[in-house]
Amino acid sequence: MNRKPFIAAFITASIFLLSCGGNPSQAPAGNTPPPVTETAKAADDTKGVGKFTNVELTHPLDDKMIKQGEGIYDLKCSSCHKLSTEKLVGPGWKGVTDRRKPEWIMNFATNTDEMLDKDANAKALLEVCMVRMPNQNLKDDEARSIVEFMRKNDGKN
Amino acid sequence: MNRLSLILCTIGIITAAQSCKMKNTESVVGGDAAAKVYVAPGKYDEFYNFVSGGFSGQVSVYGLPSGRLLRVIPVFSVNPENGYGYSEETKAMLNTTNGQIPWDDQHHLELSQTNGEQDGRWLFANANNTPRVARIDLTTFKTAEIIQIPNSAGNHSSPFITENTEYVVAGTRFSVPLGDADVPISSFKQNFHSTASFISVDKTSGHMNVAFQIVLPGMNLDLSHAGKGPSHDWFFFSSYNTEQAYTLLEVNASQKDKDYVVAVNWKKAEEYAKAGKGRKVPAEYAHNTYDEDKQTATSVIEKDVLLLDPKDCPGMVYMIPCPKSPHGCDIDPSGEYIVGSGKLAALIPVFSFKKLMAAIDGKKFEGDFYGIPVVKYEEALHGEVKKPGLGPLHTEFDGKGNAYTSMFLSSEVVKWRLSDLQVLDRVPTFYSVGHLMIPGGDTRKPAGKYLVAYNKITKDRYLPTGPELAQSAQLYDISGDKMQLILDYPTIGEPHYAQSCPAALIKDKQVKFFDLNKNHHEYVAMGEKKTKVVRLGNRVDVYMTAIRSHLTPDNIEGIYVGDEVYFHVTNLEQDWDIPHGFAIKNNPGAELLVMPGETATLKFNPQHQGIYPYYCTDFCSALHQEMSGYMRVSPKGSNVPLKFGTGIIDSAKTASK
Repeated sequence: MNRKPFIAAFITASIFLLSCGGNPSQAPAGNTPPPVTETAKAADDTKGVGKFTNVELTHPLDDKMIKQGEGIYDLKCSSCHKLSTEKLVGPGWKGVTDRRKPEWIMNFATNTDEMLDKDANAKALLEVCMVRMPNQNLKDDEARSIVEFMRKNDGKN
Repeated sequence: MNRLSLILCTIGIITAAQSCKMKNTESVVGGDAAAKVYVAPGKYDEFYNFVSGGFSGQVSVYGLPSGRLLRVIPVFSVNPENGYGYSEETKAMLNTTNGQIPWDDQHHLELSQTNGEQDGRWLFANANNTPRVARIDLTTFKTAEIIQIPNSAGNHSSPFITENTEYVVAGTRFSVPLGDADVPISSFKQNFHSTASFISVDKTSGHMNVAFQIVLPGMNLDLSHAGKGPSHDWFFFSSYNTEQAYTLLEVNASQKDKDYVVAVNWKKAEEYAKAGKGRKVPAEYAHNTYDEDKQTATSVIEKDVLLLDPKDCPGMVYMIPCPKSPHGCDIDPSGEYIVGSGKLAALIPVFSFKKLMAAIDGKKFEGDFYGIPVVKYEEALHGEVKKPGLGPLHTEFDGKGNAYTSMFLSSEVVKWRLSDLQVLDRVPTFYSVGHLMIPGGDTRKPAGKYLVAYNKITKDRYLPTGPELAQSAQLYDISGDKMQLILDYPTIGEPHYAQSCPAALIKDKQVKFFDLNKNHHEYVAMGEKKTKVVRLGNRVDVYMTAIRSHLTPDNIEGIYVGDEVYFHVTNLEQDWDIPHGFAIKNNPGAELLVMPGETATLKFNPQHQGIYPYYCTDFCSALHQEMSGYMRVSPKGSNVPLKFGTGIIDSAKTASK
């Protein structure tokens, strides 16, 4: 068997992977942790990298925020995230509020590139999904409303 | 430029002579040139440089001092790179009274000004062939508006502006009869006119309107510039062919020793227009506007225009004799000196605004030209630059009392002093320089650090590329007493006039993406939920979304041969530098490039049945190769139902293969 085409294809694919971020520092580096599954990360306690260090969740859920969050989801998120556990381009959102702290979610949504470069969990997700999560330029309150919508989706109160 | 062809035959000899004089790269480039133009990877240039694309019809943007090409802005020609003129949204930008014109000739540029200084809001561009003026928005680098000029031809002395961007002018290089009169060409003297159009610019929106046109005798208006400071109220146009030749101009329009600089008091013209001294006449011209909100251009045909006749408006226009077939008409930063570059003269006449005003007040006229007073040459003259070189064309200023004039025939730039008209320095160009540009060099506040010469001929300068060669720009350091050539780089099309401003003026106000929430396109799909395919008769509208890395819908069935299918692609990304492309196999209607948050429309009129793949053409992510879809086109009259979606697996059919 002539392995040359295969090797060439592999090299090409590697180049694509390395170049996908445009910025070398943003490309998945060779020393990133091995891929971990969503459930394996559930125990991780990090809040991620970004401006959100302490988000107070309120009870009961805020209907106004849920409505805003759903609108943003439809426009900017639903292309890649299902509300079930099923992975589309990115992970399904079911259970995300159990897996992640609200700070981590909001930092990822608003500080996407830095998270993908520095946060171990975000980097691990990139290795699973192979698409850098787009920065959809959410404002702070929009990111918060997304969290509220996720809580609703997870049956929280 | 007509008569330049007369002398083109001498260029060969002159360039040959230059090589004999050893004016080569080695002899003119100093040792520190590389350091002066080196902009390290990741670093920004100091200046934006907007350069006319000439016969390409577009505008290019370079960084200075590196000479790196940053962008080509489509203006007067369709642009395969981003669908300008091809997408349904932008087709109207190129509409004229004669339908869509896909390619024009773009010569001059002017950055908007406030108080005679660049304000970084808009860039104006002229179309020379089918007379039009465009306004480019400097937050998006998109053409925002194009207005056609009636009663004009060869819109050359354009788009120069007044000090507060009150007006953009458009002067006719080719005199024509007003309207569409059918007259013998030989009746030039009786029936042909040049016109100087003044296009008002709204202070806030930038919206343009042809405010009035000054009707002048048949002659060729060549270039122009507005006065500054004390001469703020005036606009100056160079002219040639005051012989009024209509055939073999290279000989017949070069008979007289002097033509004219036409001095127009635009403030007075404005007053006359307001006072009802004008005559409103029917005139059709297209006025095209790109609506950022709807992301769509519309074209309106305007119906009339106001004409001002100098004989009804005393004190509005004067003629200053100027040797010989003047080309450039440039005003120094103080507004006192008017430099006419007689391209066939062996001197550069410099007029004094103060003396001109005194001559007008004292009625020191030598006669009139079709009723327009002609001021005595000496009465308006500050002096002549003697023996500056051959073929003076254009002059720019450094703000330190010096002027720089391009010499087409002797291929050099000559630096001279405005006060005593002494030649201070000269450097060669390679070859046949046309326009010059100093950042802000035609404003009240030039940044006299660099000068760029735009050359017409580059043979032997770069690796040869067959018969068609690039034209070039040459960058000079003019911060010292001696001009120093520091860089030489090829350009797109033919660079005529250019503009440059400090990067800081516009860099930080760049739009990075279009806010989806402000997208009011008629066919936007606000999220994947809103994607759909709608049939109405044989028109099909596909509301499609694009995001890394899929298109929705990516399967479409129920399209028939002969349908008119409109793909409205909304890019759902909200991040900088993530456009998506869109292309359909065998679509004669070209392709799209859709900016983040934007909606763009591609029309497809399938003529043959079959499966048509479509895909994203702009490498967007690691899964870009997966960003594709299929459209099924069935025979006309078949009953394949309309069906569309993304990620829907038809398990029955998949299993039964």
